[in-house]
Amino acid sequence: MNTELFGIIATYLLTVVLAIPLGIYLSKVFAGEKVWTDFLKPLENGIYKLSGINIKEQMNWKQHMKALMTINLVWLVYGFFVLLQQDKLPLNPDGNPGMSPDLAFNTVISFVVNCNLQHYSGESGVSYLTQHFVLMFLQFVSAATGIAAAVVFFKAFRDKTTTALGNFWEFFVKSITRLLLPLSVLMGLIMAFSGTPTSYQGKDQFISLQGDTVHVSRGPAAGFIAIKHLGTNGGGWFGVNSAHPLENPNYLTNMVEMIAQVIIPIAMVIAFGYFIRRKKLAWMIFGVMTIGMLMLLFPTLSSELGGNPAIAKMGVSQATGAMEGKEVRFGPTASAYWSTVTTIISTGSVNSMHDSGMPLTGLWQLLGMMINSFYGGCGVGMLNYFIYLIIAVFISGLMVGRTPEFLGHKVEAREVKIAALITLLSPFLILAGTAIAAYVFTNHGGAAWAVQPKTWLNNPGFHGFSEMLYEMTSSNANNGSGFEGLGDGNTFWNVSTGFVLLLGRFLPIIGPVAIAGLLGAKKFIPESAGTLKTDTLTFSLMTFAVILVLNALSYFPALALGPLAEYFTLFK
Amino acid sequence: MKKYLLQSIRLTVVLLVLLCGAYPLFLSFAGGFSKGKGGGEKIMVDGKVVGYALIGQSFTKPQYFWGRPSAVSYNAAGSGGSNKAASNPDYEKDVQNRVDSLLKYHPYLKKGEIPADMVTASGSGLDPNISEQGAAIQIKRVAEFRKLNEKTVADLVARNTEHPLFGLFGPSKVNVLKLNVALDNLKK
Repeated sequence: MNTELFGIIATYLLTVVLAIPLGIYLSKVFAGEKVWTDFLKPLENGIYKLSGINIKEQMNWKQHMKALMTINLVWLVYGFFVLLQQDKLPLNPDGNPGMSPDLAFNTVISFVVNCNLQHYSGESGVSYLTQHFVLMFLQFVSAATGIAAAVVFFKAFRDKTTTALGNFWEFFVKSITRLLLPLSVLMGLIMAFSGTPTSYQGKDQFISLQGDTVHVSRGPAAGFIAIKHLGTNGGGWFGVNSAHPLENPNYLTNMVEMIAQVIIPIAMVIAFGYFIRRKKLAWMIFGVMTIGMLMLLFPTLSSELGGNPAIAKMGVSQATGAMEGKEVRFGPTASAYWSTVTTIISTGSVNSMHDSGMPLTGLWQLLGMMINSFYGGCGVGMLNYFIYLIIAVFISGLMVGRTPEFLGHKVEAREVKIAALITLLSPFLILAGTAIAAYVFTNHGGAAWAVQPKTWLNNPGFHGFSEMLYEMTSSNANNGSGFEGLGDGNTFWNVSTGFVLLLGRFLPIIGPVAIAGLLGAKKFIPESAGTLKTDTLTFSLMTFAVILVLNALSYFPALALGPLAEYFTLFK
Repeated sequence: MKKYLLQSIRLTVVLLVLLCGAYPLFLSFAGGFSKGKGGGEKIMVDGKVVGYALIGQSFTKPQYFWGRPSAVSYNAAGSGGSNKAASNPDYEKDVQNRVDSLLKYHPYLKKGEIPADMVTASGSGLDPNISEQGAAIQIKRVAEFRKLNEKTVADLVARNTEHPLFGLFGPSKVNVLKLNVALDNLKK
């Protein structure tokens, strides 16, 4: 039988089997119930004490968002200046230079917003100090920010009517101490004993078997790789991310990395159901998300395993599938699976070069990022899905002539307006961003910039357009993967995607939390015959339809110009 | 607002110590007990380092098995794929050239025997592996050049083939560096 196919089936099943108990555990942790990790309480109390935090202070949704924005602002300022000065700071054994202001701007934003776009290359663009004290730090705290925001949203629906939504700092710290850090230690150990370096030594040099002098970049990467996946960050230690043999040494680590990036997003869905005591709703949401994932995964597999027709014509055997940009130890099947999960979830780490994938693979990757809520990123996946849910509630309410309600709270004009604005934000940022880039490329290709726009693209024609579309989509989705042929390490891309990243992160967090906060404060209406039930199969199908229709309407024209057009030229 | 700002700064400092000090130092300590002692597993010949087990290196001489094409010429100070699109006409030419070159050095090859991994660039540019078929097509050339029995070389390839995880998951593969070191050791 096909061991490559077995590999991904086992990976997915293991993910779900591990995510369910993790979700139940998380619901207890955040509800303050007894769990076996309570031995960590003294550590947490120490952190609160040193930070001057009183976790008994209850916050309403606005205070939560103020706390969230404040600490994120602190990180932006801190990270920006350290990246600028990294050449003058210690722990830089390879003597890498400091970042230019526009690159530091892009990099720090990109890590604060859980995206990890990486317009630099890990081997030459950062020092060990900035890898750990800026980038890895932000990988932890940006994931914890997303989870804490999701817990605020959970809190709004746990009790009938409430404005006291817990303490932001408590949710944030617990996301690290009870979830991200313990799992990272475990995974870091697996990586370390599979061949990923952990020591602080700089580059090594040796004479190869054939007599060439070779330099090898290394560094304490194991811990970084653990949190990059668990926190759905995706930024790699090395330039090529998890395609690098030291970053992803073998098939086992590949399975571990694939499980690690999906496990928390699924667990958060389960946790939601247990936390608000509506398990059926959680299973329905999980069902919609899973069907969505499979609808992207199957065609991706089929397009990659079919191989490249242009290469087939040369008489080359593509027995396992297309191999350009892929590693032999993973094979096309696991690479295809990875490319699906890393785009539906906002990880954005890669184990193959997406730029070299087949045209339709690119289409499904783009669509996964555009929808951005089939499981979705750490915490934020649930928030994104909630927006679709509110739209579905509103539309169904109109269709059957009932007052739209969600979990016993009336959904009124204000909430729907917020949801509609957030829904419109993504297509606006992606399409306007791509349009500006395409305009500059075609009309000002020869502009006297450090990098001329006409040299941006690594591939001609439709695929070149896809490279720009992908970069904007990835930024808006806070994904971080790229069609890396795009020359993105220059002022235009650093600045433009920097703004897309910021807007694409914080508005889609504030929007849903605001809706939840507003709803939670409203009078609770007990369920009656007139209630629109949101945990039924019919309503789930409705939500699925809303997701498909909204995204198809928004993005079909752009997708037709990029990957679809490329497909029809290659397979004519 | 001011209260949140102070709390944010203090919390950031505390977490920096925990997440960027304690956490990686612990892993660094634990990694010291791994095979490569935390610096990556090295392959030694006669007491000299000839490479890293996981990092592919360039092989162009006829007495060795060759690895995959690399977009960065196996320069492990960096890493990179070609990022060429499947539909790029220049890319088609590149692949055609690689096919022609393989056929030149392996004139006995028939159409359909060349596996895709031998004519396409890897994702990292440092892929240490080739497929079983990628090794199989080179056996005759290596054996002829080294004046070895083809079966001896084929046996060596078989011994150096790494099978799927637990026999169940993932592809089979051959580590090119390890195979070539084993080849060199044959003579001794």
